[in-house]
Parts: sequence; C-alpha cells; structure tokens
Amino acid sequence: MTTEATRVTGTFTVKRGLADMLRGGVIMDVVTAEHAKVAEDAGAVAVMALERVPADIRREGGVARMSDPALIEGIKAAVTIPVMAKARIGHFAEAQVLEAIGVDYIDESEVLTPADEAYHIDKWQFTTPFVCGATNLGEALRRIAEGAALIRSKGEAGTGNIVEAVRHLRSITADIRALSQADRAERFGWAKRLQAPIGLVEEVANNGRLPVPLFCAGGIATPADAALVMQLGAEAVFVGSGIFKSEDPARRARAIVEATTHYDDAALVAKVSRGLGAAMRGQELAELDERLATRGW
Amino acid sequence: MRESSLSIGILALQGDVREHRLVLEELGATCRLVRKPDELRDLDGLVLPGGESTTLSVLLESSGLFEGVAGLIAGGTPVLGTCAGMVLLAREVLDGRPDQRSFGALDCVVRRNAYGRQADSFEALLDATTIDAELGERDHPLPAVFIRAPAIEAVGPGVEVLASLRNDGASVPVMCRQANVLATAFHPELTSDRRVHRVFLAMAASHGTIGQVGVGRLSDTGVQGAGALRKVGEAI
Repeated sequence: MTTEATRVTGTFTVKRGLADMLRGGVIMDVVTAEHAKVAEDAGAVAVMALERVPADIRREGGVARMSDPALIEGIKAAVTIPVMAKARIGHFAEAQVLEAIGVDYIDESEVLTPADEAYHIDKWQFTTPFVCGATNLGEALRRIAEGAALIRSKGEAGTGNIVEAVRHLRSITADIRALSQADRAERFGWAKRLQAPIGLVEEVANNGRLPVPLFCAGGIATPADAALVMQLGAEAVFVGSGIFKSEDPARRARAIVEATTHYDDAALVAKVSRGLGAAMRGQELAELDERLATRGW
Repeated sequence: MRESSLSIGILALQGDVREHRLVLEELGATCRLVRKPDELRDLDGLVLPGGESTTLSVLLESSGLFEGVAGLIAGGTPVLGTCAGMVLLAREVLDGRPDQRSFGALDCVVRRNAYGRQADSFEALLDATTIDAELGERDHPLPAVFIRAPAIEAVGPGVEVLASLRNDGASVPVMCRQANVLATAFHPELTSDRRVHRVFLAMAASHGTIGQVGVGRLSDTGVQGAGALRKVGEAI
C-alpha cells in the first residue's frame, strides 16, 4: 500500500510531545555556550538561553527583554539538546524572532518585563511550542487555552527560595484532586471560579491531570529541592539561578539531575547532596522589592 | 492470551515512561519501572522510552544500569527502543556527543535530530505492510509522531525494515528489527495505534520458547550483501 508523504508540523501532539520527552529531567538556565556545555555534560534535558539569570535581572533592575539572537544561536551551536528562550508576556514579535532563529521551546516568561497588560501571546499562531508559568489551576488552563503545550509553576525566580514554587504546585495539584471529585453540575461552577474554559475543566476532571505536562520552576537551588517538588507532582524541573550562582556549578548540576531522576530515593539524594559547596545565597521573600510571580494573569 | 502474564520493564530514568506504561498495561502486560540494576531481573521485555539520549546515557552510567541492560539485550530479552531509545541501541550514532555510549545492539547508522529543530517535528502516515502481515491485519497506514527524531541512514544485513516513511519518492526506514531488538525513530506510545507495541509483546511472548525472536518469520526483505551496510535510499 502506498501512503502519501504528508508531513504535518506544529500539531499540538508534536508540541506537547517534546514536553513529554523532557519529563523526569532538568532544564537549566545558561548565559554562555560554556555554561550550556556544562549543563549538557551534567545530563540536562534542555537549556534555557538567556543574557542574565533571574537573580541578576532582579539585582540589576531595568527592563528585561528577549536575549540577543546571536547569544541564543551561539548556545544552540554548542549543544545537541533542545534550546529554549524567553519572550516577554504578550510580546508576540519577540516570539516570532525566537521562532525565526529556530529555538525549540519559547517561554512566555514573567521573569522578563511584561509587554502587554491585557493579553498573553496567541500561541496557536506558532509552530514552535510554548511553555508558560502559572500560580494556580485557573491560570494554567487559561494559558493552555491560548495554546501553551507545557505549564510550569512560576515560583519566585532568582530567589533560591522554594516556598513559592511549593505553594503554586500544591495549589494546582490540590485543585486538580478536588475537581476530579466534582459532579457534572459542579464542573460549571469550577469553570466560573477558575475563569477557565469548560472544555479544559472537563478534561482535567475526567483525567485527573492537566492536558499538558506540569513542570516546576522558581527557586530550586539544591538536590533536595528537586526531590521535594518531584514528590509534590512536578514532572520535571527548571533550575534558573540555582546552578550557575552556586560555588561548584558542574557538580551541583549533576547532583540535581540525579536527584530529579531518583527523587523518591532519599539515600541517593543524600549521597549526591554531600560536599557540593555553597548553594546560591537566596532571599527571603519579605526582602523583595518586586514579586515576579504576580506578572501575568 | 500469553501477553496477559508478560512482565515488561520500562527504563524510567527520564522521558515519556508513563505513555509506554499506559499502552502496555492496556495490552495486558505488567509493567515495572526500572531505575536500579536489581529491577532488571525476571523481565520478559524491556522498553527504552523516548527522552533525551544524552541525558539517558549519563543516567544509565550513574545508576549502574548500563552493563545490566547490555547483558539483558545480549541474553536475548526483547527490547523496544523508541526515538532516544533507538539512538541508545544503534551501532553507530552521528551528530551525537563523542562520549555518548550506546548498546550497539542494532546494526544501524542513526543520525540524531536528523529532521531539524522542534519546529520541524511532524506527524505522518507510514507504510506498515510488513507489520500488518505479521499481525495478520489488513494493510493500513501507521500514524506516527516524529519529535526531533533520529534518522536511520544505513542498515546492516541482519536488520529487517518493518516500517518506512515515503520521502521525495524514496522510502526511508523508520522501524527496524534485528533478532530481539526492535526500534522506532518515531513515538508509537504517543498515538492510539497499538500495532508497534503488539509486535513487541509478541516478541516478548515468544522469548525463551523459540530463541531468537523474529528470525524466519518474515521474508528477509532487503537483506543483501553479507557484511555491507545498505545506504538508505539506494537499496530499497
């Protein structure tokens, strides 16, 4: 039988499919090709290419924008694993640039300064898949409705403090559990409360999980942090400032990779946590001038 | 059905483990997630899932699983590798990292990310005549999902091509088998078509009863020239 060679690109299946392939892995923020190689050597499943890690964006202030395409291309050339990059919330022209230079995933990120106060990017217009942050189930489902193929907790980027990521993950997974118990009539109430499309609410209620993978980001600094959020229901972790703001990035990167895979093996997490040197300093949330997690809606 | 009692291991270091598990359990197999060497015992088959092959390679070493999996394959236990799993099984990997280890159990030359970046990832229908003949089904196309997929650029004489992708008039192999090793460049676990996993479970079911699985049950299509690799696009 002869089959037509019809190839279809940019389907939701291939977009969320790449996120599926990253599950159980660690995605690391890198600002140079050398960082990217360290990340790949350590076993990262992907890297996030950017000019400044969130801790530096926080410290230096000013408007944070999409990174220089030349920097992203240099990182792409240095590694064989997928390369992600960030666009500002609502800045579809930055996203178009990232698609044009062939990044594998676009992060519409609250870590950058938002470009639109009303609308996120219409992600259905792109062939390249998007990941978006969320602090609760309603926000996650609104992003999925806009075309996001992967959701991550926002956490509080650049702080090295896991508390916000835990709050976001717990909020999302607790609401999924409660929604799974709702009867059909109650689901309409859920859709109204969550401000999310009823179709997606039905899907979560029926399957007991988001329609796309749920990863954790924002504040992961140690192997035990990774083990914690994986046990709380994250399917993979993003580590931003936590690796390259630590004393021994290569060892810490490898340790976080191991702890993410063997998250339920405390003896192994203990083993890889030994003698890693200082973690990034970290910040109490009360010390912060601005909460990045409040960006986006 | 013999399949109902099959115990299938899924390498669970990283990747789309859950999807393989759902498919195999739906087909009646019992699944065990494998993260440690002692979890490789008493398996009727092993799945190497999709994921990042560089990451899997690192974690296979650090978890002490590499030798165990290699031994299992050498001992004749059926193994299914999808996408990154296929890269791990290939004899030669192009565009990989120089230190990337593979089991070398499938006499193929495989190129990583051969179709381009994620924007070039695609869905397509495959010729599945050989699979349908083996499963006793009417001949119908196989839907397949390719995500940053590897390409099989050459196959050795002992390798059967079970499915191929039509590409500019040429037929490119995307599913291969050599004795107990079954591999796909695509992700059968991401579609609702169960034929690839059924072929694999049939291999697992006959493991130990007929020795080398698959050999002799299929016409040796394309097997020619002792020792020489067939360049894809020339010999098909």
